[in-house]
Amino acid sequence: LRKNVEDFTGPRERSDLGFITFDITADILNGKNGLQAFIFDWNVKQLFLYLTAEYSTRKNALNQVVLWDKIMLRGDNPRLFLKDMKTKYFFFDDGNGLKGNRNITLTLSWNVVPNAGILPLVTGSGHVSVPFPDTYETPKSY
Amino acid sequence: CPAAMDLFGDLRRMNKRQLYYQVLNFAMIVSSALMIWKGLIVITGSESPIVVVLSGSMEPAFHRGDLLFLTNFHDDPIRAGEIVVFKVEGRDIPIVHRVIKIHERENGNIKFLTKGDNNEVDDRGLYKEGQNWLEKKDVVGRARGFLPYVGMVTIIMNDYPKFKYALLAVMGAYVLLKRES
Repeated sequence: LRKNVEDFTGPRERSDLGFITFDITADILNGKNGLQAFIFDWNVKQLFLYLTAEYSTRKNALNQVVLWDKIMLRGDNPRLFLKDMKTKYFFFDDGNGLKGNRNITLTLSWNVVPNAGILPLVTGSGHVSVPFPDTYETPKSY
Repeated sequence: CPAAMDLFGDLRRMNKRQLYYQVLNFAMIVSSALMIWKGLIVITGSESPIVVVLSGSMEPAFHRGDLLFLTNFHDDPIRAGEIVVFKVEGRDIPIVHRVIKIHERENGNIKFLTKGDNNEVDDRGLYKEGQNWLEKKDVVGRARGFLPYVGMVTIIMNDYPKFKYALLAVMGAYVLLKRES
C-alpha cells in the first residue's frame, strides 16, 4: 500500500482547510495478514473503503477526517491504482491545527459489509505521514 | 335429569379453567419476550439494540427493511468509518449513517459528523437548527451486525395498520384456542 501526497493549507476565517492530492496503490485481495488472504468470500457483499487523515492538534487530542471513500462491490477489481486524486471531502480542521502540523497520518481502511452477519472495520497495513507547511498558501486553482 | 346437568356443569367449569390456563400461558410468553428484550438492552448498553433501516441513505450496504444489531458500550471510542445510529435532539426517528469526522479532546469529549453513504452531502442539514456536530449522548448504538429483509415486517405493520391488527388477532386466536395435549 503506497501513497504519495502533495499538500498545502489555505486560510479560512475560523479553521484551517487542507488540500491534499494523493495516489493510492492497493491490493485489497492479498492482505499481508494470512487471515484476510481472501477478503471477497461468499458472504461479502461489498467493501466500503475510506481514506482517513488522523492527527493531533493543541485543541483536540485526536482528529480523524475521512477525505475520500469508495464502494467496492463483489466482482469489482480488487486492485486500486489511483493517481492524482483530489480529496472528495473538504479537509477542515476544528481550529487552526493544520498549519505547521508535521504529522498527519493517512490510512486506508474498509468496512466489510456481509450479505448477513457481523460488520467489521479493517485498517489497511500501510500508512503515510504527511507534514503540512508552516505557512498558508494562496489557493491554486483546485 | 340430574346426571346430565352435572355433566354440563362440569364441562362449563372445565372450559373456564382451560381458558384461564391458556391466558396465563399467553401472558407468560409475552413476559418472557419482554424479559429477553430488556436483557438485550442491558447486555448491549443500547436503548434500542435492534433497529430497522428506514431509508435508502446507506445503500448499497443497507436497504429499507434490513435489520441492524447495535451495541453501545460506554468505553467504545467513536472513530471515523463506524456506522452509528443516532437520534437528533427532539426527534424520535433513529438515523443510520457513517461517521466521517471526529474531533476528540484530551478529556474524552468528542464531537463528530455523519453522512449517509448514498447521500451527496453530510448530515448537517438533518441536525437541529444551529447544531453542527453530534455528541456521544446522541448515539443510540454502533452497528455491529445485520440481517437483510427481516425488518420489512415492522415497516409493513407501520404502513398498513390493518395488517398489524389482523396479525395480532390471528396470534391471539391461535394462542387461546390451542389445546395442550
